[in-house]
Amino acid sequence: MVPTAAPNPLARVVLPSSLARYTGGVTELEVEATDIRGVIRALEARYAGIGRELEEGMAVAVDGHIHQDDLFAAVSPESEVCFLPRIGGGNEDLQIEANSV
Amino acid sequence: MATAKQEIGNGNGSLKYVGTRPWRPDGVDKVTGRAKFGADLSLPGMLVGRVLRSPHAHARIRCIDASKARALPGVKAVVTRDEMPEVPSQWVPAGEVQVNYRDMSQNVMAREKALYDGHAVAAVAATTAAIAKQALDLIEVDYEVLPHVIDVREAMQADAPVLHDDMFTQGVEPTPETPSNVFKKVHFQSGDLDKGFAEADIVVERTFTTKPVHQGYIEPHAVVASAGEDGQCEVWCCTQGQFTVRAYCANLLGIDIGNIRVTPSEIGGGFGGKTVVYLEPVALRLSQLAGRPVKIVMSREEVFRASGPTSGGAMTIKMGATKDGKITAAKAWLAYQAGAFPGSPIQPGCMCVFAPYDIENAEVEGYDVVVNRPKVAAYRAPGAPISEFAAEGVVDEIAKKLGIDPAEFRLMNAAKEGTRALYGPKFGPVGCIETLEAARNSEHYSIPLGPNQGRGIATGFWFNIGGESCATINVNEDGTATVIEGNPDIGGSRASIQLQAAEALGIPPEKVRPLVADTDSIGYTFLTGGSRVTFATGMAAIDAAGKVVEQLRERAAKIWDIPVEAVEWEDGYAKPSGSNAGDFEPMSMAEIAAQAGKTGGPIAATASINAQGAGPGFGTHVCDVEVDRETGRVTVLRYTAVQDAGKAVHPSYVEGQIQGGAAQGIGWALNEEYIYDKDGRLENPGFLDYRMPVASDLPMIDAVIVEVPNPNHPYGVRGVGETPIVPPMAAVANAIENATGIRMTDLPMSPPRLLEALDNGGANGGS
Repeated sequence: MVPTAAPNPLARVVLPSSLARYTGGVTELEVEATDIRGVIRALEARYAGIGRELEEGMAVAVDGHIHQDDLFAAVSPESEVCFLPRIGGGNEDLQIEANSV
Repeated sequence: MATAKQEIGNGNGSLKYVGTRPWRPDGVDKVTGRAKFGADLSLPGMLVGRVLRSPHAHARIRCIDASKARALPGVKAVVTRDEMPEVPSQWVPAGEVQVNYRDMSQNVMAREKALYDGHAVAAVAATTAAIAKQALDLIEVDYEVLPHVIDVREAMQADAPVLHDDMFTQGVEPTPETPSNVFKKVHFQSGDLDKGFAEADIVVERTFTTKPVHQGYIEPHAVVASAGEDGQCEVWCCTQGQFTVRAYCANLLGIDIGNIRVTPSEIGGGFGGKTVVYLEPVALRLSQLAGRPVKIVMSREEVFRASGPTSGGAMTIKMGATKDGKITAAKAWLAYQAGAFPGSPIQPGCMCVFAPYDIENAEVEGYDVVVNRPKVAAYRAPGAPISEFAAEGVVDEIAKKLGIDPAEFRLMNAAKEGTRALYGPKFGPVGCIETLEAARNSEHYSIPLGPNQGRGIATGFWFNIGGESCATINVNEDGTATVIEGNPDIGGSRASIQLQAAEALGIPPEKVRPLVADTDSIGYTFLTGGSRVTFATGMAAIDAAGKVVEQLRERAAKIWDIPVEAVEWEDGYAKPSGSNAGDFEPMSMAEIAAQAGKTGGPIAATASINAQGAGPGFGTHVCDVEVDRETGRVTVLRYTAVQDAGKAVHPSYVEGQIQGGAAQGIGWALNEEYIYDKDGRLENPGFLDYRMPVASDLPMIDAVIVEVPNPNHPYGVRGVGETPIVPPMAAVANAIENATGIRMTDLPMSPPRLLEALDNGGANGGS
């Protein structure tokens, strides 16, 4: 009998509630990715339009460590990837106001 | 084949130079007056620039007639809105706050409207200061004076004078159809607020206000700009970021970035207020028109009337706790003045308000509001001191009502590793508890108090940031080194970069000369702000040093004719290791450098990084005051400030940052405020009437450094420049409450205001 391959561990993503309009209200989900850009691409694939807001208007905390403009920071399996307002910078066209965890 | 593990630094994992207190590399120049500040530069043929400023808080500019000024002999150029390009809206970072190029352009030179007393409306360049002043008097501006608004709550009212007809509040659904002064609403929420308050045995709700306060840097803004006929431009100025000045001038004037070189002078203080531009684009435009260099220096009055203070705020805080001391819920409503253009630090204010505590259920609502005052600029931990002043007052009140020592109550609820911040992520290793314990265990905290004396404690939080930095290390022929970086030294970063480079190279710091370079001499480096330089540019210097060490090992390996893997670097020496150990005498950096030409050429390296993982900073302050009940005067008797530095690279500078932040915060607490007349004109634009604390107003501030290492920096460094200004206002207010029983809720707690509160039993700013 061929053993069944274990599913890849997934990163847990926490989104601010301001982005819930893209996700139908979902603010916590899991994605498979190896870096922050991969997380953003995976989210864009599920929720069209969210990628630009995440990339341009948000910082990212991976396991508690905040990254800004750092698309290639590694995301480990079972990491917590939490998007939060940038500390400085931003774009007036973006809604960078709410966070719910 | 022998192998050796390559290590940065002195090779044994301990720190030899980081943590020591060598003489500051810029000290002699500064105490002898040789250091060159913004106003010190002069060039051949240089003209004197002066700026004409609006006397009105809010006025439509119907017409500007500068013909008489242009005709005055000696006047070489005049700039009004007609000579400045119109700039489209684009948001960019400036420290921890954001700025919009369109707004920045309209702030350096008004277009349709003057939006505050002091708003620039024209500028001249002339051969002498007297002619420039005369020319300003000849410029005729036809104003239609409009109603104005100064107070943040009044500006939020539906019938308030509207500053910008195209401003519709962001962050609310649906977007309003009528313009208002509220630029945006921000909102953060966690847990179940109703459940949290239902679990509370005690609930306290209070409303607070703070006034805008100026950074109070001793050196006014100053610039020399020179535009050549070939389009090449040079700017010399006092700034916290030469690269941001370059970008701002390029964008505001339509010049390629590559055609502008900006050289930062020494800087006589900034504290965030020199992260933006006021004079630089104007001087450069005047120089373009005149074909000669132009120098503009602000007067102190101009600094107050036209450069950015931090926001004033209105806050309501509601918190609940169980009788055994657990905070169950917290809610905040915050409104911050942005000045004449949007962009107050409301967002960080919201994110920081409850950050020192582990609170499951919380909600924060914030508003960014424009008023007829100068556009705010960053000021140490922008936004945090305002909101945390309010929150720390309520925390203290709950502790008192529960009969729990205020330090113990804070410790019972303190944020720690794993605590989820209201803004999303969980904290990594942080030193909130450690600073609270150090404060509680200090000798100060147990000294008996006398009559009319009181003690207050408060805790503060700031994120700290990293970001883009470059550093170059050149090894000189004699084995000394130069470390070149792009951050103006506003608080000791020359020393901290020098020490980190020395540590990584393994040579004494006096052998490493730090140099702050112009924009053409080092790669892009984000400005000095956000408590980032020692962390981020320090990491760049360490990276560059690591590359230099690699080269040094390679050169030694060539000289010895052994594999590079068999060479280790220790205490500034190359040493053969493994099976080659003992085969050769260790070779110093000087010996290797002397043979650099024969072994491959000069030894140098550059590192460019985007530093991530800045460790958050926590601090706890203890303040003792004595209140004169007849005059309302508050005397600060003792002050202890505890700060988590991660690792104090140069402890004397860290202590200086702690003391400086505390001193500024005490001034914010007790005296500083802008006073406007009924027409919206600033009445106290000078240090005689804008009362900042001086040395004789303060006791020695006892600075205590706690070190909880930041795991994201090779030496454990956290930024330290901003957190120390967060706790003082609450520490002072809590001490006054402890002395008098009156909770002062409005800043400043100046003698007239405190006396009135004492006379009224707590009404009018106290309760």
